[in-house]
Amino acid sequence: MTGAAEVRRAVDAAFRDEWGQVLATVIGLTGDWELAEECVQDAFARALERWERDGVPRRPGAWLTTTARRRALDRLRRDAAGAAKLRRIVPEGDAEDVPDDRLRLMFTCCHPALAMDARVALTLRTLAGLTTAEIARAFLVSEDTMSKRLTRAKRKIRDAGVPYRVPPAHLLPERLPGVLAVLYLLFTRGYAASAGDALVRRDLSAEAVRLARVLSGLLPREPEAAGLLALMLLHDARRDARLDAAGDLVLLEDQDRSRWDAAAVAEGVAVLRAARREARPGPYQVQAEIAACHATARKAAETDWPRIAALYDRLAVFVPTPVVALNRAVAVGMAEGPERGLALLDGLDDRLPGYHLLPATRADLLRRLGRAAEAAAAYREALALAPTEPERRFLARRIAEIE
Amino acid sequence: MEYMLLICGDESAAAHAADGCDGWADEMAARGVLRDGAGLRPPSDATTVRRRAGEVLLTDGPFAETREQIGGFCLIECADLDEAVEVAGRHPAAAYGTIEIRPVLRP
Repeated sequence: MTGAAEVRRAVDAAFRDEWGQVLATVIGLTGDWELAEECVQDAFARALERWERDGVPRRPGAWLTTTARRRALDRLRRDAAGAAKLRRIVPEGDAEDVPDDRLRLMFTCCHPALAMDARVALTLRTLAGLTTAEIARAFLVSEDTMSKRLTRAKRKIRDAGVPYRVPPAHLLPERLPGVLAVLYLLFTRGYAASAGDALVRRDLSAEAVRLARVLSGLLPREPEAAGLLALMLLHDARRDARLDAAGDLVLLEDQDRSRWDAAAVAEGVAVLRAARREARPGPYQVQAEIAACHATARKAAETDWPRIAALYDRLAVFVPTPVVALNRAVAVGMAEGPERGLALLDGLDDRLPGYHLLPATRADLLRRLGRAAEAAAAYREALALAPTEPERRFLARRIAEIE
Repeated sequence: MEYMLLICGDESAAAHAADGCDGWADEMAARGVLRDGAGLRPPSDATTVRRRAGEVLLTDGPFAETREQIGGFCLIECADLDEAVEVAGRHPAAAYGTIEIRPVLRP
């Protein structure tokens, strides 16, 4: 006999660590997403009672996989249409050496034939094990809407023949960025100061980091997967220092660096260093390099701005967007003086209409040049466009300081 | 799996009507992918038919007046959607029009 509390903890831990892998394996065996999901849920429910009676198994993931697979076999045997599927299931044995199917599951969930919102929802449901209600809350839609979105995506995977596999080597370069984009979107969604409640957002970021860790572990020769993990770790390290006690935004240069998560910074830097050895740079690695520059400066004044400006030059080659051009202008403004930064903002107005960070950046450069009246006007322009309350409060404070 | 490729294009696509897609069709037939296919005469030659309350009603023109119209079709047999995407992506019409991939439903 094992204590109920201990079993509860073991099942919770297994859910966190094993859900995606167990589900991926059972989908791989049955080819049926709905059936696999039900059987895996059932296996977790059984674990609660069995583990209390028999003790927690040595390898909970293998126990859960075997149990879910048996359940799937039973269900298919009873179902006439299941006979055909049954033939594909490998003979019963224990699941000690099941291959890791999570990679297949990731590529299928993030298949470009699915809409982006469906890819994100499916990844959270199948790989992270979030409930439909939790995903709906995180994306501010009704549970019914989210449920329909998931059902539709699973049906398309089945009916349109979306393959359940890791793309062959020649397709990997075009398909991997899609998987990375979904994970990064999950992370930024959880990191953004804008919508949803704080707890759900933190969960999203944590799941994104966890999945990026799995992905880069399973694809050790793909440095962009490691680059994404490093980027997430380095950003997440600063999470707690971004807002002050009143919930107001604290600029990078003003943040209390002792509140940064030193372990996360160290891990991010180490992951990035390992990725560099592959000598195949990409946008996530370059962004992680930039984040590492900030994260490893002991104080704001020690930030290596010339290096950051040079990194933005490299990033602009991979991602030639106006937002990157704006960030490059900020870095040049710090490295070579506000006048040089200001000159780089010319021509961005047409390309970034309504984007509050453009007038906010201009305002900051003007302020540092001592052109107070122009700075105040630009801050007011930014204030009118800023989407979140903490950002509006920050801009209002700046205006008050100038005037 | 069987897929229907619906070749769509706007009016400018009509200029390609006589281009044919011999190279593609030969290759896909040799690969065992292409089952059938043809180009279609323009929507101005279309007649639309409905039967309502036992009465057959005819309309001159296509079923929907949209900018993009179906100009041809190909029936293909592929391992999965990835192969269908690869096959459709190499069709000459993909370079000037749009190709919709629809899984075929056979009861």
